[in-house]
Amino acid sequence: MVDDFVIRAWLAGIGVAMIAGPLGCFVVWRRMAYFGDTMAHSALLGVALGLVAGVDPGLGIIVTALAVALCLLAFRRAGRIADDTLLGILSHAALSLGLVAISLLSWVRLDLMGYLFGDILAVTPADLVWIYAGAAVVLALLAWIWRPLLALTIDEDLARAEGISVFRTQFIFMLLIAATIAIAMKIVGILLITSLLIIPAAAARRLARTPEQMALAAAIAGALACTLGLWGSLGFDTPSGPSVVLAAVVLFIASLLPRPRYGGG
Amino acid sequence: MSEDKLIVAAGLGVRRGGRWLIHDIDLAVSAGEIVTIIGPNGGGKSTLVKALLGIVAIDAGTIRRAPNLKVGYVPQRLEINRVLPLSVARLMTATQKADRDAITAALGETGVAPLIDQPVQTLSGGEFQRVMLARALLRTPDILVLDEPVQGVDYAGEAALYELIAEIRTRLRVGVLMVSHDLHVVMRATDRVVCLNAHVCCTGAPQTVTRDAEYQRLFGSKAATAYAVYEHHHDHDHDVHGNVVVAAGHDHVHDHDHVHHHHHSTDGPADGR
Repeated sequence: MVDDFVIRAWLAGIGVAMIAGPLGCFVVWRRMAYFGDTMAHSALLGVALGLVAGVDPGLGIIVTALAVALCLLAFRRAGRIADDTLLGILSHAALSLGLVAISLLSWVRLDLMGYLFGDILAVTPADLVWIYAGAAVVLALLAWIWRPLLALTIDEDLARAEGISVFRTQFIFMLLIAATIAIAMKIVGILLITSLLIIPAAAARRLARTPEQMALAAAIAGALACTLGLWGSLGFDTPSGPSVVLAAVVLFIASLLPRPRYGGG
Repeated sequence: MSEDKLIVAAGLGVRRGGRWLIHDIDLAVSAGEIVTIIGPNGGGKSTLVKALLGIVAIDAGTIRRAPNLKVGYVPQRLEINRVLPLSVARLMTATQKADRDAITAALGETGVAPLIDQPVQTLSGGEFQRVMLARALLRTPDILVLDEPVQGVDYAGEAALYELIAEIRTRLRVGVLMVSHDLHVVMRATDRVVCLNAHVCCTGAPQTVTRDAEYQRLFGSKAATAYAVYEHHHDHDHDVHGNVVVAAGHDHVHDHDHVHHHHHSTDGPADGR
């Protein structure tokens, strides 16, 4: 019989994969991998601020990641620095600020490794409720903004010209990424969250002919990666977060292998 | 016509990096009217269109739009990420819902119905422009805004597309705002030309504008040819040969326009199909 904590870890992984897959597709389509990474790196600062303010760390993460995302958009609009430089600066600034802030909170003892690389085997039943409730809200919001978000992914000018509220859609999308970071941190840690967003999406590309198919395939690929990674982690006694990421990479490589083609294109 | 104005801009200006890209623009597009913006590269044609559509923030002047104005936009360039699996049908429904019959009908209008299930990344430049035009039509817009709508389309297809645009204008009574650098073809299917070089150099009916000194200075000898073709093409009922010779001053042009004349009388949608 499998231990309870393993079942909980697996369920948590599946829950996160269900939102990370579809959202990750948009991250990939919109070329926002480093944008997402920068938001994730601010999560530690969010935890620290949450502790100081006496609110749930999850809320701290969402607010901080969203603030960082808005800063990025503002700087980008000013357009004085190249995008990659800007992302590099903000990403590492946020991470360093988080590490410094945590070290200043001398009265709390935090499992820093757990935050950085995840601690999926420590998932509690309460965590599971939080993950699935959060995932349900994220998926509902994503379904709501799906068409406008896809339209502005195709072309922002076009979407704007034809009456789509670009800022509102973008804001909700970033809110969803922030929420996903807060939810997924427990599983793979803030340093590896981006991989859970982009690798399953990239693995799904060749299997899909529509955006919706790709989102579904990414969710399945993510769930598969969680299952394989967890199994490998238990079997070989390796760290769980990185094992899940490596399993996703294996799936991605498998998706690149030549395969028989059916029908056209 | 004045109560039918779809977009009215007054004193419009866009300033970037301390330079006015466009300034003091007065422009209006009415229902059932084709307005074409022409001008040299860097003259601010796309900027003006984007300002009118609210894509680019304006720094001077006002823009008034008819309430609930429905815009169909064909941007100058559209690069779709290869990682996004997108069929033509799905692109068509990017900003609106539509059933497959409606999509097929719209694609049929621009002659690309068989492409409905193709991934958009596999289309040629000309096919893509036709799909984009069909997409804009599918919206049943009040105004069509077309930024270089015939890029990559071959010459015969180009003329057909301009004729289609003119026909749609009449049938659906939409306003059309078009950007073009192609003087020859565009003059035939335009009610009003706006010649733009940061400011409006001249504006009016094609035959008026082509006589304008500013216009001739901007476009040089090409201008005279465009004028000749236009005059003959549309006014072949009238005796305007004298004018053509004055404007063009070459017999060569004279031969040229007869080709167009015959072409028009057999193929032109105005003659009834």
